[in-house]
Amino acid sequence: MIAWWKELKKEFNYYVHNVKDIATLEKEIIEDFSLFDDWTEKYQYIIELGQKLKPLDDQYKTDDRKIKGCQSSVWLHAYSNDGRIYFDADSDSTFVKGEIALLINVLSGQKPEDIVAAELAFIDAIGLRQHVAVTRANGLAAMIKQMKLYALGLQSQAV
Amino acid sequence: MLPEMTEINLQPFDVEKVRSDFPVLAQHVYGKPLVYLDNAATSQKPQVVIDALADYYTTYNANIHRGVHFLSQKASQAFDDVRVKVKEFIVASSEREIVFVRGTTEAINLIASSWGRVNLAAGDIVLVTTMEHHSNIVPWQMICAERGAEVVPIPMDDCGVLDMQAFGTLLTDRVKFVSVVHTSNSLGTINPVKQIIEQAHARNIPVLVDAAQTVAHQAVDVQELDCDFLVFSGHKMLAPTGVGVLYGKEKHLEAMPPYQGGGEMISSVSFSGTTYNEIPFKFEAGTPNIADVISLGVAIDYLNAMDRKAAAAWELTLMKLTSEKLSALEHVRLIGTAKEKSAVVSFIVDGVNAMDLGMFLDTLGIAVRTGHHCTEPVMHRLGIPGTVRASFMFYNTAAEVDRLVEGVKKGIQLLRA
Ligand SMILES: Cc1ncc(COP(=O)(O)O)c(C=O)c1O
Repeated sequence: MIAWWKELKKEFNYYVHNVKDIATLEKEIIEDFSLFDDWTEKYQYIIELGQKLKPLDDQYKTDDRKIKGCQSSVWLHAYSNDGRIYFDADSDSTFVKGEIALLINVLSGQKPEDIVAAELAFIDAIGLRQHVAVTRANGLAAMIKQMKLYALGLQSQAV
Repeated sequence: MLPEMTEINLQPFDVEKVRSDFPVLAQHVYGKPLVYLDNAATSQKPQVVIDALADYYTTYNANIHRGVHFLSQKASQAFDDVRVKVKEFIVASSEREIVFVRGTTEAINLIASSWGRVNLAAGDIVLVTTMEHHSNIVPWQMICAERGAEVVPIPMDDCGVLDMQAFGTLLTDRVKFVSVVHTSNSLGTINPVKQIIEQAHARNIPVLVDAAQTVAHQAVDVQELDCDFLVFSGHKMLAPTGVGVLYGKEKHLEAMPPYQGGGEMISSVSFSGTTYNEIPFKFEAGTPNIADVISLGVAIDYLNAMDRKAAAAWELTLMKLTSEKLSALEHVRLIGTAKEKSAVVSFIVDGVNAMDLGMFLDTLGIAVRTGHHCTEPVMHRLGIPGTVRASFMFYNTAAEVDRLVEGVKKGIQLLRA
């Protein structure tokens, strides 16, 4: 492919998909959270994100989209377009929705190989893992695992 | 609906004085003073109990009943004294009826496995209640599956009150054992165990009482109850984790086969045959939990030294205060409104996930528990996924009730937005 076209396509992708790379998005979240003084404020912010999360269409709330290992019900719907993976999700817990919103913000619209490789250090950096009880931390881990599994699935389909 | 209180104490219990005995309570979490309302999960420990643990390891740690030396004798004496204390604490007739175990769960597993193995047969029924802790369901399911027997629950009504009429009907010839919770950990209901025991005994059926949520809050007299077994955990009554008590009538313990084999539980061992030690040692295989048993004794001393009636009345006052204030909030529904209730307030908020609310309260330094509280059948019966539960101990204050209620109010505003 001609170099300028490659460049253009990259720009196009950036604007159309609005995808910054994972590291940049993680850095932004860490910056957002650095504004908060205490855990109550962080919690409230996560709740806000949960309340703003685009609701998942009921047709996707199926058992096969339910994530195992979460104490709350969590549904994760994934689809791909143009070699990128997109996620939508829902939960009966607003806090869990907030957590998913953070993950979606970072991972949705990324390339499968980047999703698989993502270390998601922001979760520790914003103090999330330290504050959620073990059961919930497991739920968070299960969500990440499921997102990566989708990405892996797509990656293997591609080759 | 509000629980009607039988006894309300308007005389303030000297809670500040008692609080100073519990070092954990003085701390801040997330920069806010801790409000500990998860006492049904485990109680905090007074300094004397913590000191007893350290003292044992610092000054007389030794294995017991084996050594001729000074330390071993001192430790053995301290250990044996606790058996007597426990006997007196629950008014058993002999310390031979007191078996030390890890906790309520182990005690029930021991009885289900040992008693059940020789006494349950195909077609038999073990009666429990709908409001049992999983610890008083699963061990029975396991032994019943092995023996071809069945676990059947006594139903309860919407308020969390046991259906005693149904109990009468369920008490058929097929029933070989009744195992009931005295005080429900998720609803607070205090069950009429004495009546249950009387009715079961009229048919010669032995009864186990799960007193895990009872012993810290009210006096228990096993002879008066006439229960066949009574079990509880130390950690819910100011003692350390890892120690609990199984009370069993001598005749039952004598007849039951050992649960585990090993040291301490034998009288002599040879390859041609082993004879078991007498009760209670027959059920205490291996080196026991010496330090925690000794500290359990100190916890009992602590409880005995306080005005337990006043403490109990204070707990009920806190419970009533909380129930009143919470039920006055829009969207809040109390779960478990039996007339006979302990200091547990379970509730749900319409449109708010219980765990979200519990977590919000945590950010304010308020410790509650959320979920099914290891009583899933209760949640199924009431058609709810779980509750938020505040459970009180005599060291809680009216100001803490206010912090909880304020927190719930704020939480509702935030989470119902
Ligand atoms: C009523 C009841 N039974 C049994 C148990 C189990 O006690 P443990 O976990 O100490 O064995 C509990 C503890 O939550 C309880 O509340």
